[in-house]
Amino acid sequence: MKRKKTYSPNFIIGLVISGTMLLLILIGFIHTPYDITKMDSTAKLAAPSLKHLMGCDNFGRDIFSRVLKGMGNTFVIASATVLIGTVCGVVIGSFTGYFGGLLDEVLMRVNDVVFAFPSILLALVFVSIFGTGKYNVIGALGIAFIPSFARIVRGEFIKYREMDYVKSARLAGVGQLRIIFVHILPNAMPVLMSSVMIGFNNAVLAEAGMSYLGIGVQPPNASLGSMLSESQTYLFSAPWYALFPGLMIILMVLGLSLLADKGKK
Amino acid sequence: MAKRGQGLGKVLLASMLLTLTVALGGCSGDKEDGDSEKVKVSDTAAASHITIGIPQDLDSLVPSLSQGAGTQEILYNIYEGLYKPDSEGNLIPAVASDYTMSEDGLLYTFTLRDGIKFHNGNPVTVADVKYSIDTCAGLNGGEPVISAFSNIVRVETPDEKTIVITLKESSSSFMAILSTVEAAVVPADVPDLQTNPTGTGPYKFVSRSLQENVVLERFDGYWGEPAHIKDVTLKVLADSDSIVMNLEGGAVDLVARISTAQAAELGDDFEVLEGTMNLVQAMYLNNAAAPFDNEKVRQALCYAVNKQEILDFVSEGKGTLVGSSMFPAFGKYYVEELNDLYTTDLEKAKTLLRDAGYPDGFSFTMKVPSNYQQHVDTAQVVAEQLKQIGVTANIELIEWETWLNDVYQGRDFEATLVGVDASTLTAGAMLSRFRSDAHNNFVNYNNQEYDAAYAEALAAEAVMDDDRATEAYKKCETILAETAANVYIQDMCELVAVRKGYTGYTFYPLYIQDFSKLDVQ
Repeated sequence: MKRKKTYSPNFIIGLVISGTMLLLILIGFIHTPYDITKMDSTAKLAAPSLKHLMGCDNFGRDIFSRVLKGMGNTFVIASATVLIGTVCGVVIGSFTGYFGGLLDEVLMRVNDVVFAFPSILLALVFVSIFGTGKYNVIGALGIAFIPSFARIVRGEFIKYREMDYVKSARLAGVGQLRIIFVHILPNAMPVLMSSVMIGFNNAVLAEAGMSYLGIGVQPPNASLGSMLSESQTYLFSAPWYALFPGLMIILMVLGLSLLADKGKK
Repeated sequence: MAKRGQGLGKVLLASMLLTLTVALGGCSGDKEDGDSEKVKVSDTAAASHITIGIPQDLDSLVPSLSQGAGTQEILYNIYEGLYKPDSEGNLIPAVASDYTMSEDGLLYTFTLRDGIKFHNGNPVTVADVKYSIDTCAGLNGGEPVISAFSNIVRVETPDEKTIVITLKESSSSFMAILSTVEAAVVPADVPDLQTNPTGTGPYKFVSRSLQENVVLERFDGYWGEPAHIKDVTLKVLADSDSIVMNLEGGAVDLVARISTAQAAELGDDFEVLEGTMNLVQAMYLNNAAAPFDNEKVRQALCYAVNKQEILDFVSEGKGTLVGSSMFPAFGKYYVEELNDLYTTDLEKAKTLLRDAGYPDGFSFTMKVPSNYQQHVDTAQVVAEQLKQIGVTANIELIEWETWLNDVYQGRDFEATLVGVDASTLTAGAMLSRFRSDAHNNFVNYNNQEYDAAYAEALAAEAVMDDDRATEAYKKCETILAETAANVYIQDMCELVAVRKGYTGYTFYPLYIQDFSKLDVQ
């Protein structure tokens, strides 16, 4: 029954871009050409060169190194956000979808309330209460991302819970938790995975937005959003400062979007 | 940057009232827009308008309740005291036309200026003056709003032109404090200045949109030389990264205190004026919080920080180094030698840390107001320098309002990097806050020797012995420097971006923006 899989060009392009991005992020975790906080007064706003591939910022810090680390930070925050959103979303969505009833009503109405808030606004409220910083941003965005996952999973569970194979499993005396996580959840996976990818993209943009507003990663540490924000002042004299972090955000999102497109088909 | 503590309740009340102002202001603004008369006026006075960018919204529109220097420098245009400072730092008559002081320095007799009016058209009476000073001195009940005014015994108004202020003990700094915007003369019959700011200054308040803008208009009944520009709009630019965009894009015409980097970005449409900011930028340390309660630790930080390098990184080397809580505009009080007390010496810094029991360094959080780009930049350089002695400074960017609330009033911080300015050119304006019992001693500095030296200065002032007072103040500065109360950095260079076509920007030795001198070519 094996069928030869054909990949669309979009999928391949997406794979290449995402692979490259992931590779850069991994390199950033292991090694950067320069210490990302090392200042050099002789290289202030230096243009891209062989020594500094993406030039230097206003403190003479190497932008390439900062982009590598910044991508890593953005990636970690986005991943953690999506992880929180997915795990909580799957738990809430599967239970409400499978059992229905009062639990469903209550949880989903709460879900709707959270969903009704723009995620950035919700995150801003969270941060204003708990303070700024990497982990608070993860928490804030994570909570904001739960509802969309919960809805999708719930929808899938409602679809599957009356299916014959579920009924027969139930008749065979399989435990409910087992039915939920072993029998139904794998079937919800394709839909869940593509929404994870889209969710990841949204998280990358949300993190960039939060850091751009100065409430995400704190200086002198770097994230793509905070670098964009800091580079504004130098847009005319050192355009590369804004260009490269911006480009990386675009590529990260574009790569995964192309991949997710294939998954959706 | 700020001067006086106040209860959270007042802040809450004030913000509630502000919301009301916005609602009311919004209504009247709409009406004006539809008015055809406005079009006619704009033909002749089209250019007579300027939009000025300010880094934060005003914390209060009531002069006696204002805290931030950034607020008071704006209120200077709306309100005036009996006297006020001019651009040379001299005190010039404002609401009063003249004053005399008795031999013993205890009685001050002011003559009210003839024909002076409030913005609402009512004449200023001696009762208004008495009300204003009584409020600041706490004689209307309540605590003195200006602590130095607790020295006032009573305010009398023997006739319709005369105000007599009696002091407990003579003070050479009394007139300077009386001239601050906090001690401004306000009408006794306007119940709520927060919604209805009314003063005697060259500009009157028109409307305000919270966190967005404040609109002022020239007061045509002004007693002195009237302002040149008719309409002034103050636009809040809380995001310092957007200053260049706002200037280049034409949204604002003038921004004071921009960074050298920002100045370098500006095109030919702008002129960049250079002065000094008249403040002490430092990494202020909470002297009550470990490990900064240890003098050796504080000294180690001072040795580790390279001030000149900070200037090179942040402001192209511009700025004046300082070594204590005093800046050069103070003249005789300023002790220049203290600048060299801690020349950068990493070995010495490490030794001091080892002696203090931190051989491997430590880490702390530095809270920095995010709306002041220069402070954020400086903080990053300081953090990088401290790494060399194994000390990790984690920067936490916070909103200016949060800074006022948590750091300045709540004293809930380990270190913060800001500039502290003076409201008057009296030494006390910079030094009184470091007395151990001072209400605005936000760094919790506690040193008996310092308290004694400060008391000595006050005693000398009381008997008008200026030399002895100056010596005592200098001793205070020296103690602050030697005990490394804070990591002193610089009096920052002030760059002001002005769109070409506007003239007359005037630098003051105090934290003041005078809009009335601005003009359009």
